[in-house]
Amino acid sequence: MAEARRVNRMWRNMNAKIAAIPMVLTTLVVFVGGTFWTVLYSFTDSKLLPRERFIGFDQYERLWSNSRWLTSIENLMIYGVLSLVFTISIGFLLAVAMDQKIRYEDTFRTIMLYPFALSFIVTGLVWQWILNPEFGIQSIVRSLGWETFTFNPLNDPKLVLYGLLIAGLWQGTGFVMCLMLAGLRGIDEDIWKAARVDGIPTWKTYLLIILPMMRPVFITTLVIVAAGIIKLYDLVVAQTSGGPGTASQVPAMYVYDYMFQAQNLGQGFAASTMMLLTVLIVLIPWAYLEFGGKKHG
Amino acid sequence: MKTFKLATALVASVALPSVAFATDLEVTHWWTSGGEAAAVAELAKAFDASGDKWVDGAIAGGGGTARPIMISRITGGDPMGATQFNHGQQALELVEAGLMLDLTDVAEAEGWKEKVFPQSLLDSCTVDGRIYCAPVNIHSPEWLWLSNKAYADAGLPVPANWNEFVESAPQLEAAGKIPLALGNQPWQSNLAFGAISIAVAGLDVWKEVNVEKNMDMAAGAEYAAVFQAVADARSLAAKSTVQDWNQATNLVITGEAGGQIMGDWAQGEFQVAGQVAGTDYTCLPGLGLNAYLSTGGDAFYFPKNKSADIEAAQKRLAALLVSPEAQVAFNLKKGSLPIRGDVDLAAANDCMKKGLELLAQGNLVPSGDMAWSPDVQKQNEDLLVEFWKTDMAPEAAHAQWVSNLKSGL
Repeated sequence: MAEARRVNRMWRNMNAKIAAIPMVLTTLVVFVGGTFWTVLYSFTDSKLLPRERFIGFDQYERLWSNSRWLTSIENLMIYGVLSLVFTISIGFLLAVAMDQKIRYEDTFRTIMLYPFALSFIVTGLVWQWILNPEFGIQSIVRSLGWETFTFNPLNDPKLVLYGLLIAGLWQGTGFVMCLMLAGLRGIDEDIWKAARVDGIPTWKTYLLIILPMMRPVFITTLVIVAAGIIKLYDLVVAQTSGGPGTASQVPAMYVYDYMFQAQNLGQGFAASTMMLLTVLIVLIPWAYLEFGGKKHG
Repeated sequence: MKTFKLATALVASVALPSVAFATDLEVTHWWTSGGEAAAVAELAKAFDASGDKWVDGAIAGGGGTARPIMISRITGGDPMGATQFNHGQQALELVEAGLMLDLTDVAEAEGWKEKVFPQSLLDSCTVDGRIYCAPVNIHSPEWLWLSNKAYADAGLPVPANWNEFVESAPQLEAAGKIPLALGNQPWQSNLAFGAISIAVAGLDVWKEVNVEKNMDMAAGAEYAAVFQAVADARSLAAKSTVQDWNQATNLVITGEAGGQIMGDWAQGEFQVAGQVAGTDYTCLPGLGLNAYLSTGGDAFYFPKNKSADIEAAQKRLAALLVSPEAQVAFNLKKGSLPIRGDVDLAAANDCMKKGLELLAQGNLVPSGDMAWSPDVQKQNEDLLVEFWKTDMAPEAAHAQWVSNLKSGL
């Protein structure tokens, strides 16, 4: 009997399983296969074309003694933490503001979401001009009478990351707001009514009841935003091209530059393997908490 | 007899069209600015006139963007008819992997060995004694462009060399000008370093390091002086806040900046702005100290195709690119120097003539693209942009630079 039941389960839902085969194959060959291939060739001295001459950890040694790479990692950390905290908190606050049954909500929502329709390249260029001291904010404020006003983040190695952050937030918060708003709308009206009957203040309801209920929305947002941060590339290329100096370099730029401009595939592969590790370090504990816990519980 | 004639006529009618058959040849390149596009159009016109068809495959965004696309098409089995690269090691591995068409027979038939000048251009197309590319122009990066207006505004004479430029910088700055315009893109810092190193260290030292690869010389006092000179120069460029090279050139054109170190392609910008060499702007090849030009430039490579028709057309195009007529038409529009000494560029402007003169005297050095692999070049680019844009110590940068060079030995 047990045997028959197992067979049954295997053959159940055949249509869906057959339909999933192409995607499963794509995942196995392109994503998993490609990943293994990349990791393998990061141990070779491949230049323009891949070749199987293994040199151990040399590429990694060179990578971790390269000051540009170290700057990239540091930048990614700072940008990543700030970007996560600000997009999610600003996005949530905006969603709460939207949720107050205001007039013209559709109009506001469209305005907020508009930047997300622009690519990072356009965003980067727009903010490059806005933050440019000769054409942007600085010159406008100066023309209003504040002659000594200085605001030139993109040319100051210490501030350039925040210049990028402003552009990133401008582009991304609208989208996070929409996700959050959908989450807020998914909460049953009765909960609000119950909270009101119990006399709980609105802010407390949001903080202690609604926020915990929106956990799945937060996790989705977190994964989307975090993935966007790690692959951050086009915004930096368009806005600062990694400068001034190497002050706004990010790992993805290092990977691309070394694979294609420097024609040193091995070095690029080593760097992209390190990026993969970063993702795994974030993802594995999360996946363990999210899925592992349920199995035991 | 009559049947024989008929037969030959029939054969000819079948055979002839295949000889005169126009072959489409896709040509990829990254020449997309106004002057560059006009120059490419000259080549396309000449090729179309010869009976074939030039299918233009311009890729915008500069060499750094275009080269990866070209390389992935060639290695991915979708080769174009012809493609631009810079002279040197950029396409070396593709040649070694047997992906490029051997042009030796064209070169011999056309006498490239005797006609191409300087000879180093052809040498950098040669791998194991076979020729794989057709050089089309020479571009030299070692120029200092000065704004006559900026110096007139400050009441100063226009400097005649780099040392005078550095000396006059404080007065220029006092007059509210940026002494040195420098864009933020990494390659511009690298270019400025290259120009200053030939000017300050001199040709012999430069050759010893970059051609003979003498690493003791690279670590020595001569190059320490170069790094010191760059450290001095970076404070002159501190107020320059633009990204692209042409924005920096624009600062010189409008007289907001005193000068810019940039390749001879900057000339196109001055021309478009209606400025006249000598009266509105001044150019100093080799920064006015060591009037040497490095002879980098562009060359066309022909990836191997399966079809024999295409291969024949590729060879026709290779011959055409080096021909005197194409050289004159192309280089006048491009503002670059021709790759053969036997053509007449009477219409050239003052700055181009200065370049031609140096070329004729043979004051030439090979370009960095020829001397070092792209990997070493990229590492140095990273290092130098950091050096120019931060307050990194010259000694630290020097040490790192030597170790970068060593990784390419």
